Amino acid sequence: MKKRYTIEDLCCANCAAKMEEGIRKIEGVHSAHVNFLTQKLTLDAEDDRLDAILDEAERIIKKIEPDCVLQR
Amino acid sequence: MGKKEKKRLRRILIVAVLLIAAAFLPWDRPVSLLWYLAVYLIIGWDVLYKALRNIRRGQVFDENFLMAIATVGAFATAEYAEAVFVMLFYQTGELFQDYAVGKSRASIAALMDIRPDTANLERENGETEEVDPEDVAVGTVIVVKPGERVPLDGVVLEGCSSLDTAALTGEALPRDVAPGDACISGCVNLTGVLRVRVTRACEESTVSKILEMVETAGEKKSVSEAFITRFARYYTPCVVLTAAALAVIPPLFVGGWGDWFHRALVFLVVSCPCALVISVPLSFFGGIGGASRCGILIKGGNYLEALAKVETVAFDKTGTLTQGRFTVTEVLPAAPFSAESLLETAALAERYSDHPIAVSLRDAFGKTLESSRVTQVEELAGRGVQATVDGRTVCVGSHRLVEAMDIPASSGTTVYVTVDGAYAGQIELSDQLKPDAAAAIAALKAAGVKRTVLLTGDTAAAAADAAQALGVDESRAELLPHQKVEAVEQLLARGGGTLVFVGDGINDAPVLTRADVGIAMGALGSDAAIEAADVVLMDDRPSKLATAIRISRRTLRIVRQNIVLALGVKGLVLVLGALGYASMWLAVFADVGVAFLAILNAMRCLQTKHL
Repeated sequence: MKKRYTIEDLCCANCAAKMEEGIRKIEGVHSAHVNFLTQKLTLDAEDDRLDAILDEAERIIKKIEPDCVLQR
Repeated sequence: MGKKEKKRLRRILIVAVLLIAAAFLPWDRPVSLLWYLAVYLIIGWDVLYKALRNIRRGQVFDENFLMAIATVGAFATAEYAEAVFVMLFYQTGELFQDYAVGKSRASIAALMDIRPDTANLERENGETEEVDPEDVAVGTVIVVKPGERVPLDGVVLEGCSSLDTAALTGEALPRDVAPGDACISGCVNLTGVLRVRVTRACEESTVSKILEMVETAGEKKSVSEAFITRFARYYTPCVVLTAAALAVIPPLFVGGWGDWFHRALVFLVVSCPCALVISVPLSFFGGIGGASRCGILIKGGNYLEALAKVETVAFDKTGTLTQGRFTVTEVLPAAPFSAESLLETAALAERYSDHPIAVSLRDAFGKTLESSRVTQVEELAGRGVQATVDGRTVCVGSHRLVEAMDIPASSGTTVYVTVDGAYAGQIELSDQLKPDAAAAIAALKAAGVKRTVLLTGDTAAAAADAAQALGVDESRAELLPHQKVEAVEQLLARGGGTLVFVGDGINDAPVLTRADVGIAMGALGSDAAIEAADVVLMDDRPSKLATAIRISRRTLRIVRQNIVLALGVKGLVLVLGALGYASMWLAVFADVGVAFLAILNAMRCLQTKHL
């Protein structure tokens, strides 16, 4: 199912692109899109693995921009 | 400017004063080195900190790292003042850039602020309570006061008012609503209190769908966006490798290690692709956002790009270029029928049909039609309808119905009536062209559309009349729905630019999907049309088409400007840097300065007043 999350303090467009690429590669993710302007992550992923996927996504986001917070 | 930004601005100003002071202080080298080092740390400690932190996390080549290397390198080559200046200049540029991003985010947020956060839910005891629209169930009643935005789609139960639909359609003229009328979310209630029965849940409401479309439009990337993303992936590593090569290889042969090292630093500063990565999607987003303000919903950057390259526009006629409301112009009965009885018979046979022609026949008759007089209604595919009226078999439909009877075909839109198999007469109808239809075609031609084509199920004569009155280049008449798809395929086969098909989105969904860009109009309140089309015109004025094309062309122009600006300046500075002519100042400008300018330029896409 498609869900949308806010990423706070996203401040670099290139980093947003890197996050998108990283999150897309997580197992169980059908599609992911990080919108730099609205600071939103749109995630379409397997429901039963959603928590694990979000943990992994958060790790990727923190790695690229440590000040960013993924609101779940 | 926020609190954080003011703090950053203060720091920049203080450091600038300290730097100028350094030029006047008669200090020796060790003292001045300390002074510069102190000033450098004030202005650049956060960059150094982030660079170290990111390296620890395995993120090399980010902006902080590049700036840290470049300025520490400048210190290493004893260019103290330059190191501090460059860091100062970088921080100023970053501040400008963040400010511009903040501004764009605010403008976009303002654009999206058309969904109210609360709804006044009416309880059983008659009292109202403010609740989250998401918690309102279908079938419950909400109250919308004057000045408020309608939070959910519904039907008016009580109260009369005008609704301002500007946020949805771009149309300034308010719509009047009375009990029984649909009340669409996102509109502003202007004059009276309305009690509204909710017909759709929050996530299904018109305003939610519009916002969803605008927000997800960014996912369908245009060719230029895809290019930029791919380009950015290779650009930074390439520039960094070149910088490394520049620092080592030439001095092996010609010497001058310090000078080549400095040139390599210039390369590093220019290696961030941020200007492009921000400004191109921002331009598309701005274009899509600006268009939505005019009542034009574009479902993706790819469609915006296709729209800018349009060469052929094919139109459906009825309801797209014409008003879709027929009026009876002449009733020609055959004996023994009178005009009145012929019209009555036809209206009765069409008693249950929703077709615009059926509606107009009933309107023209104007009296009550008792349903008990009509039985056994049957659809005659492609020909019309057959029903038993007062015990007699009545057929109402197109000329095909009477082909065998030697009745000449009339030139306009005509329905033929037979009673018990014998010809009973014909009724002429006409459909008014929309007032702005001819102007819309002219505007399309002025915008550079090469060919306009009319595709219609109507008669050849009616199609030719409309085509001539409107100035449309070609017309294809008497097309059944699947033949419209074939006609579009033939047009596509001719090649050339993009083919756009414009229809009402209800009967022509297959044609909409087949065309390069399918545009549905008059979509306010019609889900089917919003689903089927790539571009949706919320009101039913065809003149919006030219507006949509102008917005997309301008957006593409701004995107090209930004790509040329960013790549041009960066390329130039790289070449000058390699040859030893570019200072680090220039390099910082090519990085943050260009990004700032590109963002400002991209923001022009949001503006739709002067196209």
